[in-house]
Amino acid sequence: MGTSLHELSVTVNGQLRTLRVPPHHTLLRMLRDDLDLTGTKECCTEGECGACTVLLDGTAVDSCLVLAVEADGAELTTIEALADDEPLDPLQAAFVERGAVQCGFCIPGMIMTAKSLLADNPQPSRADVVEAVAGNLCRCGGYTFIVEAVLAAAEAER
Amino acid sequence: MTLRPGSPFGESVPRAGGIARVTGALRYAADLKLEGMLHVKLVHLPVGHARINGIDATAALEVPGVRHVLTAAGLPSPVPRFGPAFHDRPVLAAGEVKYYGEPVAAVAAETEDAAAEAAARIAVDYEEVDGAYTLDDALARDAPLVQGPELRPDDPLARTNVLREWRYGWGDVEGADADVVVEDTYEFPMVSHFAIEPFAVVAAVQDGMLTLWSPIQHPFVLQRVIAEVTGLPMSQVRIVVPDLGGAFGGKGYPKYEPLMAYLALQTGRPVRLVLSLDESFQASRRAACRVYIRTGVDAEGLLRFQDVEADFQIGAYADIGDRVVSKASYTATGPYRTPNVRIRARSVLSHTLPSTAFRGFGVPQLAWALESQLDEAARQVGLDALEIRLRNLALKDEEFIPGDRRADGRWEQALQRAAHEVDWGKPVPEGRGRGLAMGLKSSATVSVTNAIVRLHYDGSVSVLVGTTDMGQGSRTVLGQVAAHELAVPVDAVRVVLGDTSVVPFDTSTSASRSSVFSGNAIRLACEDLCAQLRSLAAELYGVAEEEVALEDGRVRFPGHEVTYEALLREYFGSSRGELLGVGRSRARYLPGHPLGGAPSFWEVVAVACEAEVDETTGEITIHKLVTVSDVGKAINPKHVEMQDEGATVMGLGHTLMEHLILDERGLILNLGALDYRVPTAKDLPKDLRTYTVENGDGPGPFGAKGAGESGILAVSPAVAAAIREAAGVEIRDLPLTPERVWRALRERDGAAGPLEQAARV
Repeated sequence: MGTSLHELSVTVNGQLRTLRVPPHHTLLRMLRDDLDLTGTKECCTEGECGACTVLLDGTAVDSCLVLAVEADGAELTTIEALADDEPLDPLQAAFVERGAVQCGFCIPGMIMTAKSLLADNPQPSRADVVEAVAGNLCRCGGYTFIVEAVLAAAEAER
Repeated sequence: MTLRPGSPFGESVPRAGGIARVTGALRYAADLKLEGMLHVKLVHLPVGHARINGIDATAALEVPGVRHVLTAAGLPSPVPRFGPAFHDRPVLAAGEVKYYGEPVAAVAAETEDAAAEAAARIAVDYEEVDGAYTLDDALARDAPLVQGPELRPDDPLARTNVLREWRYGWGDVEGADADVVVEDTYEFPMVSHFAIEPFAVVAAVQDGMLTLWSPIQHPFVLQRVIAEVTGLPMSQVRIVVPDLGGAFGGKGYPKYEPLMAYLALQTGRPVRLVLSLDESFQASRRAACRVYIRTGVDAEGLLRFQDVEADFQIGAYADIGDRVVSKASYTATGPYRTPNVRIRARSVLSHTLPSTAFRGFGVPQLAWALESQLDEAARQVGLDALEIRLRNLALKDEEFIPGDRRADGRWEQALQRAAHEVDWGKPVPEGRGRGLAMGLKSSATVSVTNAIVRLHYDGSVSVLVGTTDMGQGSRTVLGQVAAHELAVPVDAVRVVLGDTSVVPFDTSTSASRSSVFSGNAIRLACEDLCAQLRSLAAELYGVAEEEVALEDGRVRFPGHEVTYEALLREYFGSSRGELLGVGRSRARYLPGHPLGGAPSFWEVVAVACEAEVDETTGEITIHKLVTVSDVGKAINPKHVEMQDEGATVMGLGHTLMEHLILDERGLILNLGALDYRVPTAKDLPKDLRTYTVENGDGPGPFGAKGAGESGILAVSPAVAAAIREAAGVEIRDLPLTPERVWRALRERDGAAGPLEQAARV
């Protein structure tokens, strides 16, 4: 193989990490394989499903479309940065309470997308929420409950 | 029915495992990492059908980090074959690739990168040959045969691509007179399960057991298959099922697990395979179907006869495809009383990826035809869609399939509720149309579920049962059943699933059977346990057993009460111990029954829709969509709602946008999320609602029936009917894409202008 490794420093969930990664590895692979942050899910690897959504310097991105080396110096937030048990983040709590979670595989990506939305727009309309999560696929078809959950979380934080 | 105060039965208890899903802590199969694990990549060819002359792995083995390359030559000869019914699928392609995506080799390496590079360096000498990629190809007189005739020497169909032909019927179709006869052909495409969790398998030899971690719906089927292909006894094969990231039928039966078992055995290392989404698309699909249907009704709109011929395009290997055909076609005439019926259904092999179970198990394909045709018959006799259904719908306890389970619900309530919710009978807003449809699915037939309930020394409870939680929420619902039966809070109960070395046998997580079968097995196990508690209390305190009541986690009898914990402490003393309840729920094999056993319940839905069409683009807007499912009794109403709505949304997918498109060489042109569209949050009807009918008339706990599939059964005909009323176009081919609708609009207007001609290119 002989691929050279690139050193990079990223702040992941508040912690500065220095890593050496091959140049072709995505941010998604870095998170899942090198840092064992498996809460971020892999599905389509082409930026269509949203399962791998994380916050890169506060902006929601598909981590499958970002090279790890591009994140050098950046601040990353993954689902693991939210609560890891009760009391949950209002979004997490609303997702459980409102029945937004079925198989759960899309949920970390959904929540990170919603996190980004609420940071920019703390009181979104229903249409805003639908627009925001339209890039996150849920094959269990729980969209109504997901939208309700995001609205409820926004309401809870009012 | 009366519930004790505080019973969680019928309550919308939040999802068990919900917190692990919102924190990212839940480890799905692809999240597992074992010490010393090798990474596996598959090799497949860009062909639909090819002969393999040889495979050269020399260059692959030179890639640093590569530990093993497996081809058919490295497997026992003849190559082991497996399948739930027909043992026709090889562990790796042997001499021939029969569908696009069939693996011909597998590479195991220290890193994913090395495995991928090596897989790309495997040199396969192959020759593309003619294949049967469509139903017409496969049924042609000189069609290339998918299966060698030697595999079924005594079968008169052996020299055709028809794997099986199923015939059912009653009455006399030829002799039946009718005032109106309608006939048509309806098409339903191949669609992909597209669970967001791709397929993943980890295998290792651990503690003297070959262990596989797989998101498989039916762990005990996989255990049997692995034992069969490896020759190991079942006691040395352990299947662990991490909770699944969606399955919908697609993860029911073994696919790459036998290959992974061989890789673990041959390398002596843990091995891990995570399929890409494109590869997952090449691992499972729904059978495409063409249904010719002829219906006769009298002047009153009463059904006189139906004649149904359905060809299901299953794939290159049978998987469970033939059972889909036999079971779905058995109920091809739906929930109606049809006095004269003739059904012929064929499972047709083709050089395409094997189809398998998919939510609805073949019924959506047939309901599409049946319900659409019923509307046409209604129009011709001057009835509306509600009236013709009400006149023909089987009433409670009516025998609608001769000799089989009678109508087990008041299905007219579902139909009337659905109609009411879309203001059926009132004027339709300008430019819109309404549609109505029903669906009926046979539930599980012959099957078994065991349950073990352990009351621990501290009063907490473990429920061990063999079903799996793939998102439908069995863990939650089954915990509620146990908590109710044992009179303890739901928090005191843990439901253990998905490890064949721990949980007792269960036939399958399919056919919406878990709430009923696992629920009943758990109920019986709890009854067993409660009897022990009473008898123990009677023995310890010298009271009559019938005086002992179990409430609030306590044993009560006149003048005294004691917690379960205290009772067990007193009984077992310093030795400590536990009480064990065992239960079994079973639906028997009936040799004379066409399905091998009677359905345990009928899963029935009514769907109503109001929609409009954009005349310039052909785009459909659904203003309102309502499903009403007869669930008997909702153990957890929220979970039922989530399942019903999810199934409905999935039904909208195959109605409006989903279809796998194959080219003339059998390659799938739209693998993956970019080219294969599924509904997003923006594709929902403006108003989407699901309701239930609950009369407690099912065979499960407190009259529950299974739920979760009904929502998908009849979305397509309801939407198409609304489109027909709105725009005057009738489309008999799914999905109802804007392009297809637009063409139908042009055809309606009799115009084949330059735009239309250009679009035909």
